[in-house]
Order: sequence, then C-alpha cells, then structure tokens
Amino acid sequence: MGLELPKYPEMEEDQVFNFTDSEIVSHVKQALASVLSGDNNSYNQLVGVMHHSKHLAPDEVALLETTLKALAGAVSSIDITHHDSLLSAIYCMSMWNYGPHVADALAELIVSLAISNGKYLDLCLGMLVSNFTPPPYFLDKLKMPHGLERKGQVLSRVHAAFKKIADYVPLAPLRLLTIVLQGMPTIYHKDRAIVIYVENMLKLESGEIGELVGSTILMAVVDRLIELDVEIGWDAILQDDFSKGIFEMELEDVDDIEESAEPDVGEFRLSRKSLAGNSIAELLDNLLVLTFEHLESCEREGRLAKVFETLLQSFRVTVLSAYKSKFAQFVMFYACALDPENCGMRFATVLADLFVQDSQPQPTRMSAVSYLASYLSRAKFLAASSISSMLKRLVDWCLEYCEAHDGDINPNAHRVFYSGCQAIMYVLCFRMKVFVDVPRLKSELLIPLEQVLKHKLNPLKVCLPSVVEEFLRQAKAASLFTVCKTFIFDGLLESELSRAFGGLERLDTFFPFDPCLLKKCDSFIRPMFVFWSMVKPTYDDAFDDDDDDDGSSDDDLVQDFVNENEDIMNDEFGKSFDEQGVDMDEFDYALKKMSITPKATSNYKFGGRFQEPARMPSRIRPSTSPESL
Amino acid sequence: MEGLSVADANLVMYLHPSKSRNVSQSILRELGSLLFKFNETFDGVLLAYDVNILDKQAKILSGVHPYFGLRLKANLLLFSPKPDMLLEGKVVKLSQESIHVIVLGFSSAIITAENIRGEFKYRTKDTEELFASKSHKRHVIKVGTMIRFLVKSFDEEILHIIGSLISAHTGSIRWLDRHLEEDSKFDRSSMKSRDREWLGDKTVDEGATPMSYDNHIKMSKKRRITE
Repeated sequence: MGLELPKYPEMEEDQVFNFTDSEIVSHVKQALASVLSGDNNSYNQLVGVMHHSKHLAPDEVALLETTLKALAGAVSSIDITHHDSLLSAIYCMSMWNYGPHVADALAELIVSLAISNGKYLDLCLGMLVSNFTPPPYFLDKLKMPHGLERKGQVLSRVHAAFKKIADYVPLAPLRLLTIVLQGMPTIYHKDRAIVIYVENMLKLESGEIGELVGSTILMAVVDRLIELDVEIGWDAILQDDFSKGIFEMELEDVDDIEESAEPDVGEFRLSRKSLAGNSIAELLDNLLVLTFEHLESCEREGRLAKVFETLLQSFRVTVLSAYKSKFAQFVMFYACALDPENCGMRFATVLADLFVQDSQPQPTRMSAVSYLASYLSRAKFLAASSISSMLKRLVDWCLEYCEAHDGDINPNAHRVFYSGCQAIMYVLCFRMKVFVDVPRLKSELLIPLEQVLKHKLNPLKVCLPSVVEEFLRQAKAASLFTVCKTFIFDGLLESELSRAFGGLERLDTFFPFDPCLLKKCDSFIRPMFVFWSMVKPTYDDAFDDDDDDDGSSDDDLVQDFVNENEDIMNDEFGKSFDEQGVDMDEFDYALKKMSITPKATSNYKFGGRFQEPARMPSRIRPSTSPESL
Repeated sequence: MEGLSVADANLVMYLHPSKSRNVSQSILRELGSLLFKFNETFDGVLLAYDVNILDKQAKILSGVHPYFGLRLKANLLLFSPKPDMLLEGKVVKLSQESIHVIVLGFSSAIITAENIRGEFKYRTKDTEELFASKSHKRHVIKVGTMIRFLVKSFDEEILHIIGSLISAHTGSIRWLDRHLEEDSKFDRSSMKSRDREWLGDKTVDEGATPMSYDNHIKMSKKRRITE
C-alpha cells in the first residue's frame, strides 16, 4: 500500500514521506473541497500537475501517476462547476504523451469519472475517442517500432476503458456511437489521422461493443470510402492521350509488373501513375487495405457472414447509388472472395434481384446489372456453375422481356433491357469457353440467348460495339450462332445508340470491377482477379490444339485458380500487408507461383499481342466526359 | 420496486408516404426508435410497447404535409423514476467511495459514500470488497447483491440515477425481505403500502426480481419485432 510520493509540490525537496493510498486520496479530497471555501492554492497545484505533459522527469511521472490515481479515488468530490479547470485539464490529456503507468492511471480516472455521474459520461467518452488519433507531432513516429509500441499501449487502454464503462453504464455504447461518428475526421483531413481513426472504428466493431454499434460504424466507414472515392474524379484517371485509340487493352501480365519501373507499360500503369501523388487516392488506398484486413480478421473469427450483411446493406444504400463508384466496391469484392460460396453467391443474387425488380428505379437496375456483369467476369473465385446460374437468370429475364415487348430499336425506352443484354455478352466474353464445352449449358443458356439477340429490339446494334464485336467474334469461333447481318464496328468504342441507352449517367460504359488502380489495394485483389490477359477466348482454340499442355481448359483453370488462391492466401496474403514489408518483388514472386497462364500460351500471347491485339476493352474510357454530353 | 407503470396511450403517428408499402413495420420501427430514451410526452423511458392500429385506412393530411396520419392505441410500459421512489438493482461495482448499481439491466445508478448510512462500513474480506452493517452482521452488500435504494435524482438524458441508502428500509433486498418484518413494524407498514400501491398496476408478478422484468421486456420486444 505504501506509496512513495516524491516531491509533492508543497513538500520540501529533500524530504521523502511515505503515504498510504487513502491518505493521498483524502489529501486530494481536501484540495477539491477547499475550492468551495475559496482557498484555491492546493487545487491550483493539482491542476498544475495535470498540465505537465512533455519531457517529464521520473519523479514528475510518479507524481502525475499518483495524483491521477488519487483523483480516481476522489471522483465523487469533483464538481462540474467548481472544478472545471481540473476537468478540462484532464480531458485535454493525451495518453500518447505518457508511458504505460500514467496511461493506466489516466484510463482508470476516466472510467471512474464516466461512471460516477451522467454529466461526465459524454465528455469522458469524447476524451477517449480523441485518443484514437495521436497528437500531430507523433504522426511521423507511428511507423517506427517505438511509435507502434506506444500505439498498441494507448489503443488497448482506450478500448478496455470503453468496455469497462459499458459494463457499468449499459447505455454508454449508444452515446459512444454518436461521439465516434461526429468525431470522424472529414475527407478534408487528408493526413494519416483518418487512417488510424478508421482503424480504431474497426477495432471497436470487432470488440464486444461491436455487437451493439458495429453495423452503424461499418456503414460509416463505407460512407467515408465513398466520399473519398467521389473526390477522385474520373478525369484524374482518364488520360487525354487519345492517340493510342480509345480502345485500351489491359496489359496486365506478369511481366508487366516486373517491368513496372520502366516507363512504357501500357494503359493500366499509366493511369495508375496519374493517380500517384494524389493524396486522396493514397488515403483511400490505405483505408481500403485496413478494411480488407478487417474483413480477413472477421473471416478468421467466423463472423464474416454477419458483417457481410451490413456491407451488403451499405452497398445498396450508398455504393450502388453513388455515381460510378471507382474503388469502394472492391470491399464487396474482397469480402466475396473470402467466402465465395456464401457471400460471393449472396452478392450476385442480390444484384440479380435488384435488376429484375420492376419497382426499382431504372438507374439502380442498370447499375446493379453492371456490377453483376463485372463481378461475374472478374471474380476468379466463382464456380462456373454459379456464374451460369446467374447468367441463366438474366437470359430468362431478357427472353421474357422480348416476348412482352414488340417494336423496333428504342434505346431510351428499353434501357434496362439493353443493359441486361450487354451484361450477358460481357460476361460471356470472359467465360464463353467454359460454357461452350458443356452441352447442357449450351442448350439452356446459349440457345435462348440467340433468340434474345435476334429479337427485333436488336440489342446487338444498341449495346457497346466493342463488347458486341468481341462477343460475336468468340461466338463465331465457337460456332455458336452466326449473325446474318454484318456489323461494321471499325473498332468503335461506343455508338450513338449505346450512348443513348446509357443515358446521361453513361451506365453503358460502367464496368465497376475493372482492374483496381490503387497500388496496395490491387495487391489484395489481384490473386482473385481475372485479367483480360488471362482469359482464353474461344477463337484461340486453333492454337491451343497445337499445344500439348492444353489440359488446362478454362473450367479447369477456374477451379485451379480457386485452389491456388487459397494456397497463396495462406502463405503470402494471409499475412497483413505491413508484415510483408510491402514488397512488390515478393508479390511478383507469388504471382509467378500462381502460373496464371501456361508458359507456352503466354509466350504466344506476348508475341502475338502486337500483331493481333485482344480487343476487349478492359478499361473503357469514354471519349468525352459525361458532363460534356 | 417503484417507477414502472403501464400506460394506455392514444397516439397519432405521421408516416412518410414512402413507408406506405409496409405500414405496420414502419410503425414498429418508429416506436422502436423511442425505446430506452426519455420521452417528455410519456414522462418516462419507454421500455416496451404493444400496439393496435385502429385505422384501416390512413388519412393523407391536406396542405403542405405529405405525411399520412394513423391512429394507434398502444399499451406502453414506462420507467419514470422520481426522487424518493424505491428502486431495485444489481450491484456491479463497489468501492469505498461508491456503489454502482444497474437497474432493470439498462439504467446505471451510483450511490456515493455520503449517501450510504453510517450503519454500513466498508470492509475487504478475502480481497472481496463489501459494505457490511454494524448492527446486523448478515446484512451485507457486495458485487452481485440486489439492493433497494431511494432515488435522489435522475438524469433524463443519460438515464443515470443518483441513489441513496440513507433510510432504514433500503439495503440488500434479500436481507430486508427476511428481517424487516420483525425489525421495524413502522417501516414495514410504510413500505408495504408503497409496494401495494405500485403492484396495483399488475404489470409484474409479485416476487419477480428486476432481472426477470428485464427479460420480460426483452421478450415482449422480440415478440413485437417478429410479428
């Protein structure tokens, strides 16, 4: 019990007294009580002790710790009006400034204060929330081992304090929720503070209090992602260099990454470069990585399904309705990748449901089907059977629509229908080879599709020429069906008609899951992602037959990828990004291990690429920005 | 325990037309948003509700309001602690300075040392902190004990209660129930009449502990939601 109290202000320097805890508490109580009688002397000394924050000598540290502990014992004597200077001094203290002992004492004081009187609850929670972020001078030290250690110390204490307060004040989490949401740095705080703040929010979500406040917090995080997302305009990504043609292929092969230091490696790199130096993009990248890591931890704890429902809801409310969201949707993609059977299918089903519901507004239905198409094409983890069942739903809906509607091309009136058709064709550009080889799918899926495409509404003429062209090319190679009319595309990206059905929002050229342009984020997504360069179109069959090792047809590939993904996930990506040391070389090694494309074919593709570019627009870039339409 | 009451309320709820697709769900959601918050109209905290929709057809309000009004009849369980009411709660934390109590599982209460009568002395027994009565050896308050206390004040925003253990008919419920009858005829009659008054509401079975009220509330809430 006996605590040595060195150098209490009113003591003489060379004397050291031994006090018991209760003696110190009563001393502090006297100091607090003396204010009421007008004697501020010892009270002012007490407040003075609280203001010591930097470069403390060991004895000062001990004094501060003892005082805080004594105050925690005397909270009932603190009066909100008479002791406001003491209270504000306490609320201004930052745990980041002190070592573990003082931080412990401070946390204890805050907890006792919060539960002692309802009036202090909000202030105490607010003080703890303000400890989410370090003081500005500390931000630079965060990456250093010492900084990381301090961060761990502070955050664990803050969250333990929340837990304690919630134990004694059961309704505290509700108040905490508002405080956390209000205290969230806005997008104009472009520094790292928001990253660590979001990290804390996610930590709160995964803790016990998360049961009560988790879903709202998660939604707030997604909202912030979207806000940052819309801050990055499409013109930051799009380049003005149209000399290369509006069609850009995706040069996303393994070798490209290795050459990433070299200047000329295609559209993907270039546009990423245009994002470089964009502080918002960097911030968003970091936040997305945090969210991904959080999802991974949810998956480990077996509560991904619950979190996914929240994400799905916020996706429907914010992401889907945001105008052409560019990055935030990858949260969904990653969550789906972690649990393809449940979450992955659930996402696709929800999108398909949104698309077929007549009660939904047209733009929602069109965006939903854009998301669905892009998702089904790009998700490497989806089984062929799930993709085909989704496609079947779309084809059935289109067929029904055709039967109900008669008449000529009218891009405006049948926008939803055309977007559906384009979605089907887009997915088939990526996956046709898988389906052609299965007779059942051929009869169920591809034959009805022919009826749709040859209907008088003539989707082939209206949809994006680039998609239609690629689709017809593959369909022809697979001898699926032939189109009697010849279409002249001239490598056009878009036509009058496609623009018309896309509307002012240009939903015709919206492919939400195109390769992710954020560097760190991309390294998470990449192993689960189908790049256009990995797709084996049907028209390559002739060459494949020459190869001996064509045992890896696409459907095998799909399966292989899933397995390989798991391996990679386990040994490389299971670790957090930081642990890996953010090393792109290592990452490339991992990529090579995946052997995405069989060597022989990849060589062929590389050699042949320049003579016969695969013309699927991976990243379709509107020739003009929508505003100028 | 006092402070709980059942009210029959005639309410008119204004719903936005966008909610017209699922009216009953949005009524429940609207009422649900009132739960566990102090409401001045009800003069208490809404704990549970049972609602009947009287109108088969809602009236669209004329004029600028696009909302439509629905008449409801609701049975509300309210919690409105007032000074000098007797409340019951479970001790969750105890120190020399104070006793922390949770009432009905959601409202926190604190009884500070100056509001604890001199009869109780703070002691530590095998590292367990407790308040023990000097005059009655078996009258002990420790973490986990259900106690009865008087309300001194109630913070309506945080639902935080400041309580007191000054008067003689407060303390550990278990001990009070056993000994108060023999001990003090006067206290007993005053307390019984209080209790009877309150039990007249027939909201809760006699002898039920506050924890089971809480369960009751949660259950009924759950039932509402699943309906």
